[in-house]
Amino acid sequence: MTDNILIITEQREGKLNRVSWETIAAGQAIAAETGWTLEAAVVGAGVAAIASEVAAKKLAKVYDVESPQLEPYTPDAFTAALKEFLAKHPAKLVLMPHTYQVRDFVPKLATALKTTAISDVVGYKHEGGKLVFTRQMFQGKFVADVSFAGEGPCFVTFQNGSFRADKAEAGAAPAPVETVNVDVPASVVRNKPQEVFKEAKQAVDLTQAEIIVSVGRGIKEQKNIELAQQLANALGGELAASRPICDNGWLPMDRQVGSSGQTVAPKLYLALGISGAIQHIVGMKGARSIIAINKDAEAPIFEIADVAVVGNLFEIVPPLIEEVKKAKG
Amino acid sequence: MKILVCIKQVPQKDATLKLNEAGTWIREDVSYEANEPDAFALEEALRQKEKLSGEVVVLTAGPARAQQVLREALAKGADRAIHLEGDGFVGLDAYNTARAIAAAIQDEKFDLIFTGLQSDDYGYAQTGVILAEILGWPHATIIMHIEKSESGIRVKRELEAGFFQHVDVPLPAVLTIQSGINKLRYATLIGIKQAKNKPMRKVTMAEVEASLSPNLQKIEKLYLPLKSKNTEFLEGAPADIAKKLVEKLKNEMRVL
Ligand SMILES: Cc1cc2nc3c(=O)[nH]c(=O)nc-3n(C[C@H](O)[C@H](O)[C@H](O)COP(=O)(O)OP(=O)(O)OC[C@H]3O[C@@H](n4cnc5c(N)ncnc54)[C@H](O)[C@@H]3O)c2cc1C
Ligand SMILES: Nc1ncnc2c1ncn2[C@@H]1O[C@H](COP(=O)(O)O)[C@@H](O)[C@H]1O
Repeated sequence: MTDNILIITEQREGKLNRVSWETIAAGQAIAAETGWTLEAAVVGAGVAAIASEVAAKKLAKVYDVESPQLEPYTPDAFTAALKEFLAKHPAKLVLMPHTYQVRDFVPKLATALKTTAISDVVGYKHEGGKLVFTRQMFQGKFVADVSFAGEGPCFVTFQNGSFRADKAEAGAAPAPVETVNVDVPASVVRNKPQEVFKEAKQAVDLTQAEIIVSVGRGIKEQKNIELAQQLANALGGELAASRPICDNGWLPMDRQVGSSGQTVAPKLYLALGISGAIQHIVGMKGARSIIAINKDAEAPIFEIADVAVVGNLFEIVPPLIEEVKKAKG
Repeated sequence: MKILVCIKQVPQKDATLKLNEAGTWIREDVSYEANEPDAFALEEALRQKEKLSGEVVVLTAGPARAQQVLREALAKGADRAIHLEGDGFVGLDAYNTARAIAAAIQDEKFDLIFTGLQSDDYGYAQTGVILAEILGWPHATIIMHIEKSESGIRVKRELEAGFFQHVDVPLPAVLTIQSGINKLRYATLIGIKQAKNKPMRKVTMAEVEASLSPNLQKIEKLYLPLKSKNTEFLEGAPADIAKKLVEKLKNEMRVL
């Protein structure tokens, strides 16, 4: 029997999370190199329509894993359901997107199966018949090659954007879909989730901004935000920030860029004193041009910047404001 | 409310990190601090205790230097500390770290365990959830608010893209705390003095080893990220850099 790879796609409220296509693209690439069989699962209550949507991709099979207890999402129900499913349909590798939901249940599921999850993976290597996965460490300052030891299954979660959704290949014919009803007793579910909500109305829509000046912790003090504001004004752009700035209350939450804030794609993103943690980068890497000013030459933000300035922002921003004003006449 | 807070000592945010010769780990001669979300977890535990009374216990697994994060926590108001002390704790995967912690607290009876949602060095984002599974407790992740309720607690979970969700969780439970849940306090001089007399229990690797097994994931190699973009570095005095930047804004990026 050949080894097999299982992709667990993510759905929420009956809709497929688009990042699942990225995981399918990753799985297809690994399957092509290893020759292993590739299957996918959709997990939920009444999600057959999503299973058929997934089945359009080049996959050997799609499982529709069903239980009424799977809606709404709880880590207890998902773990119980997938534990039962994997007992019936063992897999060597289980691939998932590194979403908040996956972070919430995968460590539990892996532990329940006495195995491990390699989390937040950005790529893989297949060398000499061995698979290693690459993941960032030390907030993106280093990358590690990580290998798996043990019986398996090995769970792997992929960081957003590591693989391209549009690379997920369609199949010649739809993959067969098998419905698997799992038995999740109501008593295993201990948490009671309430409705999902959004905190406040957004006052600014950064997604529409053409120029964004964004400040990070390098700005040091609340009163220095004014300096960044002056630069934004001179450029005719919007002010944005990394998460710690909004956590401190120096700027309102709706100016936060990143995985838990807004995703922006301006013509220019000017990052002042931002280190470039992945949760920030996912929110702004779609910018057409990125300028980063940071005093640390090794800051990860420089990996995605078009133009980099290694230096003290307090020395560079004031003359920059003057030059911009001059240029604008 | 008896709360355990797990605090990891990690390299300081601004520290320049260098690889060791084998390329398997960083050189350890850097300055360290408490992992950021763990500091928020401690603050939250202290606030809950102020509201509901009880006890706050802090725990770290790491070498002798890691005691510093426990001392700081005691100075801020934690009641006592547990130090799983040894160099061997640095190289554990999340499963083993959680098992070591579980073994060290087996005679305790906590209502709540707080961890940070993620460590700044390994970034597994798993230790708290694994610990909950080992203990057989429910858990909730990425927590931004906690309130005592009739049946246990009601927490506010952060979801992606600005969404949130309240979840009712029975006790005992493990929560992984997100940075920004509260405002951190500073230690006072009196606090620092009092900390010296607060109990600190040491646990050796030998005492918990029987609960561990070989790591299931192994770092084969650690290296600098490959640059994916052709980044242009501008150099010179600030005034020159400002001029060069404006050139680019005008002619290349066409935003002026
Ligand atoms: C689940 C989760 C969700 C998250 N969501 C988000 C999110 O949506 N958005 C987000 O931004 N973060 C998010 N984060 C946090 C993220 O991991 C980082 O902690 C955060 O982005 C760091 O912000 P920063 O770059 O401003 O601060 P730091 O990492 O502290 O970096 C400050 C930088 O400023 C530089 N600097 C200091 N002084 C100067 C100076 N004088 N001149 C020039 N440079 C200077 C330093 O070299 C350093 O690189 C999230 C984290 C998690 C775990
Ligand atoms: N060695 C350790 N000592 C104390 N707490 C730890 C240790 N490792 C991890 N933790 C806790 O687990 C959280 C998540 O870590 P991680 O799973 O490595 O991302 C951290 O924020 C800490 O609260």
